[in-house]
Formats: sequence, structure tokens, C-alpha cells
Amino acid sequence: MRSPLARAQGLGSAKGGVKHWWAERASAVALVPLTLWLLGSIVAHTGGDYATVIGWLKTPLASLSMIVLLLALFHHTALGLQVVIEDYVHSDAKFAAVIAVRLGCLSLASAGVVATLQIAFSR
Amino acid sequence: MDSKPTILGVTAGRPRPLSPNIQIYRPQLTSVLSIANRITSVVLSLGAVGLVIWLTAAAMGPRAYGEVQGVVVSWGGRIVLFGFTFAFFMHLCGGIRHLVWDTVHGFELRSIYISGWAVVAGSVVLTLAAWAASLLLAG
Repeated sequence: MRSPLARAQGLGSAKGGVKHWWAERASAVALVPLTLWLLGSIVAHTGGDYATVIGWLKTPLASLSMIVLLLALFHHTALGLQVVIEDYVHSDAKFAAVIAVRLGCLSLASAGVVATLQIAFSR
Repeated sequence: MDSKPTILGVTAGRPRPLSPNIQIYRPQLTSVLSIANRITSVVLSLGAVGLVIWLTAAAMGPRAYGEVQGVVVSWGGRIVLFGFTFAFFMHLCGGIRHLVWDTVHGFELRSIYISGWAVVAGSVVLTLAAWAASLLLAG
């Protein structure tokens, strides 16, 4: 988003702030329908037994939506928590905390996707 | 070397004056909602962990799912879930307000207060509506 002139003059931040800002917004927009779908589905399956819930998660639309939701959700979470850390942690622990958040979000998203696929392809 | 290092004649190590922060100012709708958006984001991060635990239990089988579901439907679990629901709608409404601001709209003081109270009212109404629907369907 930086103008060619600003880039040439070396103005503005040399880091990834613009990319971070846009990724946070893009994931936020994606999460509006995805999270409402999840909440609606949970409400619709209130009191449902194991077979009912698995039957719902096994449908291709639910599996796909859940996987996209997990990716967008943990991407948004990693970006957001990074800002929180950068605002309050000013010691050397900042770097370690950001890395821990990123690895944690990556692991949780992966675990969620694996679980969803396991359900989707279960008999 | 007895003297401590100095910057512009100021002795290092002495507490520096800080600008007034939130503990000084009277809370206002604008500041409270800003803080609420951040608090709900951290709360929802924990909710996201809960979602993965729930999915993993569902993938593991009926026994693991039953155990997690037992915690979810307990009174403590329901209270936490109600809190997550409110945090979700608060962050959703607050987030949409931010996305509107990103388009450079709604910055007049009047608009800011209208959208602010809309976030508060919307979060309460949507949370109660979601739980009413859930309780109705549960029978």
C-alpha cells in the first residue's frame, strides 16, 4: 500500500505493519459469516447426541466450513495476540512470547483441522 | 566511576515521569468499549482453544466426547459458555464498528456514541436471543 515515492525515499516503517493490518481485517471479514455459522449450528444442535453432532460435522459443507473457520480464526488470533503482547511486553520476553503465540496458534489450528478431517472421513 | 551514566544530565535509574494513563481518566463509553474489545479478544482466544478440544474429543469417539460434553453442559460450563457467547457478540459488534471506521465513516462524536451504544445493546440482545433459541430447541 506504500506509494512508490515513499518507498524510494525510505519513508514509513520498514517492517510488515501494513501486511499485518490488512491480514487482520481480511480474517475479520471472513470470520463474520464463519463464526455466525458455527454459533447457529451449535444452537441448532443443542441437546443433540454424539451421532447427531458427528452426522452434522461429516457433511461436506460443515467439514469445509469448519476447516476454513479454524484457519481464519487462528490466523486472526495470532495477529491479534501479537499486538496485545507488543503493547504490554517490553522486555526480551516479547520476542519469545510472539513466537510462542504463533506456534501455539499453528498447532491448535492443525489439531482442529486433523480432528475435522478424521470426523469427515470416519465411517 | 562513582556517578551513574547520564543522558542529558539526567541520572539513569531514577523513575521517569509517565504520561497519565487509564487509571487517571474517568471511564467513558469510548474507552470502555476499546478495552472491552481487547479483553473479549483474549477471552475468545481461550474459547478457540475450547473449540479445538471439543473437536478433538468428537474425533476421538463417543467416550471422550461424552466427557467433554459433560463439562460443557454442567452449570459451571454453561456459565463459561454464556460468557463466551457475550464476549463473541461484543467482539463481533465491536469488530464491525472498527471495520466501518476503517472505511473512514462514523467518526463524528454523535456517530461514535450511537454506534457505541448499538454495540452494547446488540451484544446483550444477540446473546439473550442465542440462548433463548438454544433453550427452546433443547425443549
